[in-house]
Amino acid sequence: MSILVNKDTKLLVQGITGRDGRFHAGRMKEYGTNIVAGTSPGKGGQVVDGVPVFDTVAEAVKKTGANTSIIFVPAAFAADAILEASYAGIELVIAISEGVPIQDMIRVTAIIQRNGTKLIGPNCPGLITPDEALVGILPGMIFKKGNIGLMSRSGTLTYEVVNMLTMSDMGQSTVVGIGGDPVAGLYYIDLLEMYENDPETEAVVLIGEIGGDAEEQAAEYIAKHMTKPVVSFIAGQTAPPGKRMGHAGAIISSGSGTAEEKIKAFAKANVPVAKEPSEIPGLLKEKLAKINA
Amino acid sequence: MKIHEYQAKEIFKKYGLPVPNDVLCHSVEEVEKAMAKKDGMVVVKAQVLVGGRGKAGGVKLAKSKQEAIDAASQILGMDIKGLTVEKILLADAVDIEKEFYVGLINDRNTKSVTLMASAEGGVEIEEVAKNTPELIHKFPIDPLNGLLDFQAREIGMQLFGDVKLARKAAGILQKLYTLFVETDATIAEINPLVLTPDHKIWAIDGKMNFDDNALYRQPKIEAMREADEDELKEIDAHEKGLSYVKLDGNIGCMVNGAGLAMATMDMIKLYGGEPANFLDIGGSSNPQKVVDAMNILISDKNVNAVMINIFGGITRCDDVARGLIEALDTIQSDMPIVVRLSGTNADEGLALLKEKGLPTVQTMSEAAKKAIELSQVQKS
Repeated sequence: MSILVNKDTKLLVQGITGRDGRFHAGRMKEYGTNIVAGTSPGKGGQVVDGVPVFDTVAEAVKKTGANTSIIFVPAAFAADAILEASYAGIELVIAISEGVPIQDMIRVTAIIQRNGTKLIGPNCPGLITPDEALVGILPGMIFKKGNIGLMSRSGTLTYEVVNMLTMSDMGQSTVVGIGGDPVAGLYYIDLLEMYENDPETEAVVLIGEIGGDAEEQAAEYIAKHMTKPVVSFIAGQTAPPGKRMGHAGAIISSGSGTAEEKIKAFAKANVPVAKEPSEIPGLLKEKLAKINA
Repeated sequence: MKIHEYQAKEIFKKYGLPVPNDVLCHSVEEVEKAMAKKDGMVVVKAQVLVGGRGKAGGVKLAKSKQEAIDAASQILGMDIKGLTVEKILLADAVDIEKEFYVGLINDRNTKSVTLMASAEGGVEIEEVAKNTPELIHKFPIDPLNGLLDFQAREIGMQLFGDVKLARKAAGILQKLYTLFVETDATIAEINPLVLTPDHKIWAIDGKMNFDDNALYRQPKIEAMREADEDELKEIDAHEKGLSYVKLDGNIGCMVNGAGLAMATMDMIKLYGGEPANFLDIGGSSNPQKVVDAMNILISDKNVNAVMINIFGGITRCDDVARGLIEALDTIQSDMPIVVRLSGTNADEGLALLKEKGLPTVQTMSEAAKKAIELSQVQKS
């Protein structure tokens, strides 16, 4: 099982002839991801690293049966690329592109919702189901197959935590980088529901950060609906208000979106919050021991 | 990106919103000249990029030319929350019967532009939101339809309770929505929106912020940017592919990745230190980025120790170490540094750094403790 991507994923790489697209397509393929096609308008007919390139997503889907797409195009063209995938019938789109304007994402999310397309990102590292499919720019070698689900708004902080989990012999079911933008696709609650229903996932790690109130909403959802244990970490306790901390969405505005509020919400929902990332494996073990006792 | 009230009002006027006549002045002499052409009352308003001007005495009503000059000489040069007032706006005063609030934001939860409206205008809306949230009405706008006529009228009706006024207000709300979307704004606020005794509606104050990610297609907006010293450093860093925010502490941080950079700052604080900055150098092992980052940290006079925290993923730690060594050789600074490397090929990377005599550690907590220790040695 696992969530969202697995051995049956047939991946299309949008922007496969660009520097990043080509590089990461190679790495994903090396990991064992089933890449069936790439697109690049005007470059149809080429072959990149053994992968056939098409001019349009519609053509690629028709010829190869691609069901998932990953987008590496520059930010200014990302909205159009997501919509092209959505209208071509792709079920799950992962947008890696960083710097997409908020108004573009507002329009895009409204349209793809109507089309029934799932989106992860933009401005995200993608996702991985270890030993089955790597769909993103995550470093595959630090992951290990197992039963911990993890979702995060950040990239390297995710790797940091995954590395600790792997070294503590706690493998992962699926790890999802949901991205650092204020308006994005699938978010905590959507994924919590998937993890709850995934027989392979035993516990979930939620890595949050300042900005917005998605963590507070997740806390409420966890208290109401989750039977599996969840532990968390919130980055940005020392961040000043009104400043964007790298991620477009990581900003405390008008006094809301602080780490303090989020930590309080998790405490209320009985979700332990690690004081530093290295505490996460221990907190998970405690929670799991309680369940199995 | 933030802009001044007078700049927001320029945009408002361009989109046909009712804004009282105003003149921007930089000196008392300019005020004197401007007042020669005016009869009636004016409001003298400090133009600074922080809220709370009124409370700080930066907004004054003047009933005559002399009062305007007096107010201007008091406000120009005034310090408001650390910012010096260099510009003032002279705006024609209007009679106020009632004050309202209308504002647009991008709402993360509904993934839409959301209109907020309240009959409690004129005060700080954050206060209203905190204490009496029920007094703020929220309307998510469908991006595929925009703000439809009947919706705008309904909101107008809720605010003004009068059909004629509701129609007038509807036009204002729709124009505000159009300018919000067309300028890639993140906030467009009229506070207060004023109703006069003769039933005219005026936008008395305006606030606008913009999406940094969209500035590439908004050259006119970007040209309005007035950055202070700290922001100039942030913009300069951005142009070098770095993401930097200055804080007030003394331990400089250099990290790859925004989330990890925030976690690093938090860790320094957790162990009793004070982080000097947020600094994300991104994902490559490019030595030039490290050189640029190091120069930014050194230029902050408060910084007396630096913690470098890198998680090597696709870029392996040994490559990162080689980049660091090359960069540090170029800079030739005696700034005490601790390097923490973890991830792919961490052992090889750490060995390379040790050979160079750099203090290295393997965990974030050790790095934070060591950085604090180094900064204290420097102090004494």
